[in-house]
Amino acid sequence: MAAHTTSKTINIKLKIWRQESVKDAGRFEQYSLDNVLTNMSFLEMLDVLNEKLLKEGVRPVEFESDCREGICGTCSLMISGQAHGPVRGATTCQLYMRSFENNDTITIEPWRAKAFPVVRDLVTDRRAFDRIQMAGGYTGAKTGPHADANAILVPKDLADRAMDAAACIGCGACVAACPNASASLFTSAKIAQLSLLPQGHPQRKERAIRMVGQMDKEGFGSCSNLQECEAACPKKISIQNIAIMKREYLFAALAANFREGMGSADGGA
Amino acid sequence: MVPLKRLFTSTLGRKYLMGASGFALVLFIVVHLLGNLTLYTGSGDAINTYAAKLDALGIGKLILELGLGLTILLHVVTAIQVTYSSKVARAVQYDAPKSKGGPTKNTVTTRNMIITGLVLLVFIVVHLIQFRFGPKIEDGYTANVSGVMVHDIYRVVVETFLDIKNVIFYVGSMFFLGFHFRHGFWSAFQSLGMLNPRWSKPIYCLGFIIAILLTVGFLFMPIYIYATQGGAQ
Repeated sequence: MAAHTTSKTINIKLKIWRQESVKDAGRFEQYSLDNVLTNMSFLEMLDVLNEKLLKEGVRPVEFESDCREGICGTCSLMISGQAHGPVRGATTCQLYMRSFENNDTITIEPWRAKAFPVVRDLVTDRRAFDRIQMAGGYTGAKTGPHADANAILVPKDLADRAMDAAACIGCGACVAACPNASASLFTSAKIAQLSLLPQGHPQRKERAIRMVGQMDKEGFGSCSNLQECEAACPKKISIQNIAIMKREYLFAALAANFREGMGSADGGA
Repeated sequence: MVPLKRLFTSTLGRKYLMGASGFALVLFIVVHLLGNLTLYTGSGDAINTYAAKLDALGIGKLILELGLGLTILLHVVTAIQVTYSSKVARAVQYDAPKSKGGPTKNTVTTRNMIITGLVLLVFIVVHLIQFRFGPKIEDGYTANVSGVMVHDIYRVVVETFLDIKNVIFYVGSMFFLGFHFRHGFWSAFQSLGMLNPRWSKPIYCLGFIIAILLTVGFLFMPIYIYATQGGAQ
């Protein structure tokens, strides 16, 4: 029998954040779960816990998930002080119980940021990211019918950098892991992705100003260049994008002050 | 569209100001170390000549001092704003946050730049009281350098560092300078959007090397004075 099909079982203790609503203060509750299969994913373990809680007449723990294959960015848990748990480059749903030891105590908290209010238990309202995206994370040009793949030639290195930035799934781990709750990595990935490509180039100044403005309005903190966001990002997005955002915004804001007529061509913005 | 005021009060703008003022302070502190290396000559003539040349700048020196003071003020004010906005943004703390390692620069000293910075601010105030506003020519601190009577700043230095308390305070403060500088130097480049992957590591290493040179260079001055002049008493 292959090694990966044999599953050990472990007993774990869980310390989970329970909060009724945005207004509730919230508190930690302790649970113990025995005979957890180590080949289960972290979310499957929570499903098992919730079945147990339902049988006991306790309200199940609310958490978010969707694709459960690491591409949608819906799952979002702070696991023992680390966004998405101890494994780098993985979302919570791609974390397996084999990453834990027998008798471990695992603390589970929601993302903590003023801009991400807790809706209930481990579920946070991440619409702040949607609003940043809507502020300028697109190209305003009408694209018409599907264009020929190589109609616009993009140098390989730029295409690669844009693709790396586009890998962002908007889960919010960067905000959660940042000691300042800054949304710089998310916002910069969107700005860089579009600004590096010819299609996004014409609106780059307006995009930087609008998206940074919205990011500040949402109440995220400042970037202190600690690079913890890159460490926590399930897609390992580089803070190189933050450097791109800094210069995009600086040049855009200065140009807006010293050159007339900029900003009126708001192509769909 | 973006007034300059809004540019420099945005979360990015504050970091532009912090990075730019940081660069100015780097320049000052490197020049300050180079000037003070004259102390290692073992006699007061070199540093007294250097100080006399600075004094000869007259109004120019005053402008430089004011500029330096305002730069420090800008650095401190933006630092307090950035720290405050971050505290507000993360109102509820995690139970026990843990770094995920990898590329992170998240350590006790990098997370607490405001603390190392405030220690350095206290140091600057004490340092100014002891030297800039310390004993003057009128107090009889005069030296004769090639026939000209100048302010004997060397005597102020020696008298300060004959007190072991001052030696300990100055040496201790220089470790804070080292840690502040190690993150600050690279960070200023990143904050101003001047980094790309090719330059990130070399710039970080350069900052690390300058941090060590500054710390060691400054740190041994009080010890050197205490060791060489203290024995004479």
